[in-house]
Amino acid sequence: MKPGLAAAAVWAQPFVLLMLAPLVQGCVRKLKAVLQNRQGAGVLQPYWDLLKNLRKEEVVSETASPIMRFVPYAAFSATFLACFLVPVLLPASPLGFAGDMIALVYLLALPRFFMALGGLDAGSAFGGMGSSREMMISSAAEPALIAALFTAAVRAGSTGAAEAASAAAASAPAALGPGLALGFIALFLVALAECGRLPVDNPATHLELTMVHEAMILEHSGRSLALIELSSMLKLTLFLTLLANLFIPWGLASRTDPASAVFSAGIFGLKLGGLVLTLSVVENSTAKLRLFRVPDFLGIAFVLALLGLLSEGILRLGL
Amino acid sequence: MNLLGFSSAVFLLGSLLALLLARRPAAARAVSLGAALLGSVGALAAAVFCLAGGDCGALTIAGPLGPGGFSFRLDPFSALFTGLISAVSLPASLYGLSHASEHDDRAGALGAFYNLFLLSMSLVPAADNAFCFLFAWEAMTLTSFFLVTLDHEDPEARKAGRFYFVMSQGGTALIFAAFLLLWRASGSWEFSAFREAGRLMAPGMKSAVFLLALGGFGLKAGVVPLHLWLPYAHPAAPSHVSGLMSGVMIKTGVYGIMLTALSLLGGGPAWWGALVLGLGAASSLLGVLYALMQHDLKRLLAYHSVENIGIILMGVGAGMIFSSFGKPDLALLAFAAGLYHTVNHAVFKCLLFLGAGSVLHAVGTRNMEKMGGLIKTMPFTALGFLAGSMAISALPPFNGFMSEWLTFQSLLAGFGLESAPARLATLTAAACLALTGGLAAACFVKAFGITFLAMPRSQAAAEAREAPAPELWAMAALAGACLLLGILPGPVLTVLKQGLGSLLASPAGLPSPVLAASGPFGSVQPSLLLALLGVLGLGAWLAMTLIAGPARVRRGPTWACGLPGLTPRMEYTATAFSKPIRLMFAFLYKPTREVRIERQDQPYFPGTIHYSTEIAHLIRERLYMPPVKTLLAGAHLIRRLQAGSVNLYLGYLCATLTLLLLFLIGRAR
Repeated sequence: MKPGLAAAAVWAQPFVLLMLAPLVQGCVRKLKAVLQNRQGAGVLQPYWDLLKNLRKEEVVSETASPIMRFVPYAAFSATFLACFLVPVLLPASPLGFAGDMIALVYLLALPRFFMALGGLDAGSAFGGMGSSREMMISSAAEPALIAALFTAAVRAGSTGAAEAASAAAASAPAALGPGLALGFIALFLVALAECGRLPVDNPATHLELTMVHEAMILEHSGRSLALIELSSMLKLTLFLTLLANLFIPWGLASRTDPASAVFSAGIFGLKLGGLVLTLSVVENSTAKLRLFRVPDFLGIAFVLALLGLLSEGILRLGL
Repeated sequence: MNLLGFSSAVFLLGSLLALLLARRPAAARAVSLGAALLGSVGALAAAVFCLAGGDCGALTIAGPLGPGGFSFRLDPFSALFTGLISAVSLPASLYGLSHASEHDDRAGALGAFYNLFLLSMSLVPAADNAFCFLFAWEAMTLTSFFLVTLDHEDPEARKAGRFYFVMSQGGTALIFAAFLLLWRASGSWEFSAFREAGRLMAPGMKSAVFLLALGGFGLKAGVVPLHLWLPYAHPAAPSHVSGLMSGVMIKTGVYGIMLTALSLLGGGPAWWGALVLGLGAASSLLGVLYALMQHDLKRLLAYHSVENIGIILMGVGAGMIFSSFGKPDLALLAFAAGLYHTVNHAVFKCLLFLGAGSVLHAVGTRNMEKMGGLIKTMPFTALGFLAGSMAISALPPFNGFMSEWLTFQSLLAGFGLESAPARLATLTAAACLALTGGLAAACFVKAFGITFLAMPRSQAAAEAREAPAPELWAMAALAGACLLLGILPGPVLTVLKQGLGSLLASPAGLPSPVLAASGPFGSVQPSLLLALLGVLGLGAWLAMTLIAGPARVRRGPTWACGLPGLTPRMEYTATAFSKPIRLMFAFLYKPTREVRIERQDQPYFPGTIHYSTEIAHLIRERLYMPPVKTLLAGAHLIRRLQAGSVNLYLGYLCATLTLLLLFLIGRAR
């Protein structure tokens, strides 16, 4: 493949994620509906919802400051930028040289910071409650997230997401081990918390006292809401991509050429489908945790990730 | 020209003139702060020349001024600290030009002590022998004590000052003991003699010196559990002084730890590094956890200084572990990460204190529960405080992100060490750093959100006015520095490695690339991330406009559950915001609450509800109170001897005399 074409393929990856994000959301919702013996909306419904919100007039609170208008843009651009740091189909990411997985964690903290400020800005108690809870959950999730990503990083000897993913893929059967499995479970638990899924938060509820993420963005409407919803979908897809490429070490193309890209696209689709199915089964079979049990839940994720990290160390370097 | 001598003379002149002009507050303020600015420029220039490889300034006054003479000399490592101190005191002094008018009734004292404080602080790193070091150190403590107790009519400030003074003197005693041990080994007070003798000391003695110095300097730095004075003393001073105390004064403690452990003693076993790393991790976590529970804006910031000192010490401790394992490259990286955070914290903490000072002046209280909505009346202050909040929460592209990234990289490099305990220590520290980062972000969402957003919670907050121009310029300069230090890691690292080279007596390595920073596991280029953030945000706006036309926006009231009109009483408060974290860490805070409902006639309509909540300070109660209680009980017992009756005292004299005579007679036999 020509270098120009290869570069174009590498740069196309985050846009693929962006296009795919509403579909992933639609599939999760559809699967959950089917598992609950409901018909459910079509898998393309999130696209139409986004378009509907985009065309609507926006109502901005009278008490809000300009920060409120800035929140959706900060949320979207930082989440989308994080997608530029991860490999999707090819063993390279467009901006892997400019940011690694540590930068990814902190880039994902940026939208949360601004959304939490937006929650406080309108002055209603709902927004404040959502912000406060979201910041508690995310601060408890951060050590587990870092530790889970570090298990992948120490295996590859690099904190770059593309390097870690291709190192895992290159040593596929040998890489399977306790480190990989523990890291996978830890990152999956963190993904549930970070993306506001059950049992941490219920994305479908607008019940006043139980919502977390939805309470925080309650005052956004119109295109602000569309942009925030899109970044939430993108974040879920990003976490699933990280799980698929870092901890399920098959299918990532070993070279940047069209044939292997097509092949790896098929495998990536399968992995993503499997993860979506797992997610909907987990969401259907668990009840929402009490808010103050969430730290225990994330504590388990952290301990698993730390065990994974230590087992990597023991396997690699001995005691 | 001798720049160090020049700046010292200007500082001294400034303090003298401030005292002479005490009757004319405006003149005293202008002259003293002008002198402070000029003196800081001089000291900064001396440091820059020294770091650029030019002639390092020296200031020697021969004569009978103590053993070893009065000698100050910069080297590249101490120039880093002197340079940082004078660079940060520039915006702080500029800010003072308008802010110090609050204290115009004491303009003479404020101006004089402020200049002396800057003088002694910039001379601490330059000291060339133990006598000069302790002289400058004590002068720094004393002048800052007088600045803390400037409002001496306020019992709170008096208490804070007393607390600060007593604990600082304890710390100085420890440093003195460490220097005495070194003096015994070397027979001289010169640091150069200490360096030769320190390396040859017996390991046990070396560790004793290290532990004494760690205690003494750690107290000044505010390391847990020696941090108790810090959250009381820093907020009590005028805000530009608080900024300097929290931003740079506590960094002299970091300087002292690095000087003693690495330069005077020439490094030590791995457990020294592990101890520093562990203290750093504990400080960062406990600092941020107690900060979260504060509603006093300045005290919240002071607790964050404890947290950030912890992050700095994590870098320093990791570096000490690496150098004890014979990995100089990794050690250099880890020390550079620690020093990078030292610089960054100085800049953003000063910015945050200045912002808090303007808010305090506008609202008249430090209680966040009485603020709110200030972004509408004080937009520029809000913007500056937002930049500082993002920097301290380590959000890219601001500077806090860069140094925490480097710290993560160096802690992760601990994974390659040959010893399993060292691996476990560095990885656990990395997890602590991650938790600290998440909690700091939560804390600054609270600090910024409750202070500046939503509706004003008091009349004073509703009528707040924007800060005057000098204050805004000072904040703008610091906010700009936060951004520049964040996107240009290369030059910063080159300068830091230059300074570290002279400390570790190792080659400084190649200069780093300007826009990128790299560690053993990866690299990061924050300027590109910033550019892309802008491009993607703009792209989203363009795409939405193309798809659905220009935005249509209507203003409407916030949803208040259908009630007519939202009032500030319905807003989330700072206490409520931090409640989930208070319950999550209930084992540490041991929160107690009291709810009292006064009912009038009807049982279902309560009249007034009184709610109060309190948390326990475990370190104070478990670590400090038992010895204090024992001491007080002992004093109580002794007091019985002193009943105030002259006859009794004569009886004591008689008894003592008899006993002594008996003793003598016994010996004579």
